[in-house]
Amino acid sequence: MGLSAENKSDRIAGLRRDWEKGELSAALARTPESRSRFRTLSGIEVGGLYTPDDVREKEYEADLGFPGAYPFTRGAYPTMYRARPWTRRQIAGFGTARSTNERFRFLLAHGQTGLSTDFDHPTLTGYDSDDDLAEGEVGRVGVAIDTIHDMDQLFDSVPLDSVGISFTINHPAITMLSMFLGVAESRGVPWHRLRGTVQNDGLKEFFGQKTYALPPRPSLKLTTDIVEYCTRRVPNWYTISISGYHTREAGASAVQELAFTLSQGMAYVESTMERGLEVDEFAPRLSFFFGCHNDLFEEVAKFRAARRIWARVMKERYDAKSPESMRMRFHTQTLGSTLVREGPMNNITRGAFQALAAVLGGTQSLHVSGYDEAYDIPSEDAMKVSLATQLVLAHETNVANTVDPLAGSYFVESLTDRIEEEAWSYINTIESMGDGSMVRGMLDAIESGYIESEIANTAFQYATDIESGDYVVVGVNEYHEEPEQPGEMFEFDEEEEGRQLAHLAEVRRTRSNGEVERALSEIRRGVEAHANIFQPVLDAVRSSATEGEIMGTLRDAYGEHVDPGVF
Amino acid sequence: MRGVASPPIKVLVAKIGLDGHDRGIKVIARFLRDEGMEVVYLGMRLTAEQIAAAAAEEDPDVVGVSLLSGAHLRLMPKLVDALKAQELHGRVLLVAGGTIPEKDVEPLRRMGVDGVFPVGAPMASIADFIKRGVRQD
Repeated sequence: MGLSAENKSDRIAGLRRDWEKGELSAALARTPESRSRFRTLSGIEVGGLYTPDDVREKEYEADLGFPGAYPFTRGAYPTMYRARPWTRRQIAGFGTARSTNERFRFLLAHGQTGLSTDFDHPTLTGYDSDDDLAEGEVGRVGVAIDTIHDMDQLFDSVPLDSVGISFTINHPAITMLSMFLGVAESRGVPWHRLRGTVQNDGLKEFFGQKTYALPPRPSLKLTTDIVEYCTRRVPNWYTISISGYHTREAGASAVQELAFTLSQGMAYVESTMERGLEVDEFAPRLSFFFGCHNDLFEEVAKFRAARRIWARVMKERYDAKSPESMRMRFHTQTLGSTLVREGPMNNITRGAFQALAAVLGGTQSLHVSGYDEAYDIPSEDAMKVSLATQLVLAHETNVANTVDPLAGSYFVESLTDRIEEEAWSYINTIESMGDGSMVRGMLDAIESGYIESEIANTAFQYATDIESGDYVVVGVNEYHEEPEQPGEMFEFDEEEEGRQLAHLAEVRRTRSNGEVERALSEIRRGVEAHANIFQPVLDAVRSSATEGEIMGTLRDAYGEHVDPGVF
Repeated sequence: MRGVASPPIKVLVAKIGLDGHDRGIKVIARFLRDEGMEVVYLGMRLTAEQIAAAAAEEDPDVVGVSLLSGAHLRLMPKLVDALKAQELHGRVLLVAGGTIPEKDVEPLRRMGVDGVFPVGAPMASIADFIKRGVRQD
């Protein structure tokens, strides 16, 4: 800043001191503040007033810049929602592929613009529906997919070349994506026309979602296999949705979510570069996925800091040249864990504020969690309200009229800087655990239990703050309401498991088991040779090998992960 | 009634089934430990038989399981049966927590689950339930 700006800043600082001695102390003498400290949910101390003095170090060009341009603080794209609204993408999945397909078509008919698939626990963890471990969980919290035939049914009458499709699956991602590519192939849709995302974020499974199927190192290898294969063969597919959402749901703060998610991302960039790919070949197809909590300004600041850190890391650490590699794009889901059973309709309000923060933070797509999710998976009614929340936000509030509307707020800019600093401190710790390598750093941070115990500490503090009433949750620890199940709940159809088992038995009976066995041994050979196993997995799903057979082959080869039980 | 010199209440906690939501159980485990109880967390992705076998070995006063998978009506009877097979049902206090709709609370109690604590239940209410339940034994 120039000399005149310095003078101006000094003058404001002086005026502030006068104000503090005058108006402020008089007001405090009359009515003291309601508590001794004000903090964000991440624990960052918040002052009563922010002035130009709090952002005096900022360089507009270097730190903020313009939307769609480095360092992307102000947004991923130049026009943001003025050109195209965010994608309304409510996740769905339950029962058999046929049932989820019906929900997909319902959502598309009610204004949804992309599809997102939730899988059941057996599918997420790599077991078939007829496995002993799957009993009672088939199709319960997501759709059950065992073979390529289920995948075909899942997208019945859905135009694969025009609807963007997202798969929330991680360690078994290679099997689900192979099935999807196989279905596209059978319908004559060329792979370069497919647009969508596979979560494929193996590392966060060990401290976030906890639906791991394999140990950390092999899971990172599979994640990288997908990136490598798709970069060459499915060029418009987003190969990893680097996810903080589940980490947040596991109890992390906004700062921790940001820091661990970016660290995962850096580990994936490094592991892919180790395969000999240029950063600009694959980085443009990495995307992100965050949660959004109730602390509105902290969330907005988190999203802005996320874009800036990622842009700088890509440019400075990995020497990316293409702006596409530096441009962080992300999906947001309002946090299911903020929803309560006491006065469940109030969850609609929580979802709306969280959605507002996501939009003010510049999200590319959004899922608003259902108001009844503290009870069960969301009903159709709840999903309609969630979609309507997005529509009201998009059409009635005018918040999308200008790009990054909170930029320049002394508070928001200052909070953005502060979150960036605190995230860097975690990233640097992880980097030093790996002696400069984020791959080794993340593996060590996971295997030593460091990340889990950091998250467990925050989760415990948050629970204690609610228990003590320090953090007020309306209806729960103040303004009490009785738990009250909202009207029409989702009714799980207990017959679904039987239908899926019958369907799977039919596939097993009619396929060529010899062909399946040969395909599985090709996977085994690929593992032994340390080769990319995408092609052999693709061949296996084409032969109607089941997910459980493929993942079982990998479990035999790589061993299983045992949760360390850190608390 | 336990005297001052009696050993602390021993609680065995575990995640049953394939569900990975372990935030709640870890928070509760820590809370109960801070309340002076001895807490053994078995970890996640366990079957009813594995939990019952661990209970036979650890000899706890309380077995607490968490599930947010919605599979409680299927998995809890299996756990009750597995505890019966170990001759532990009725001897340990059996507690379940997680995403459990109101309408399922009574059916679970009838199946032999002593305490049901849906998501968001105050931690102190769980500790109180355990202290009362164990003292009655």
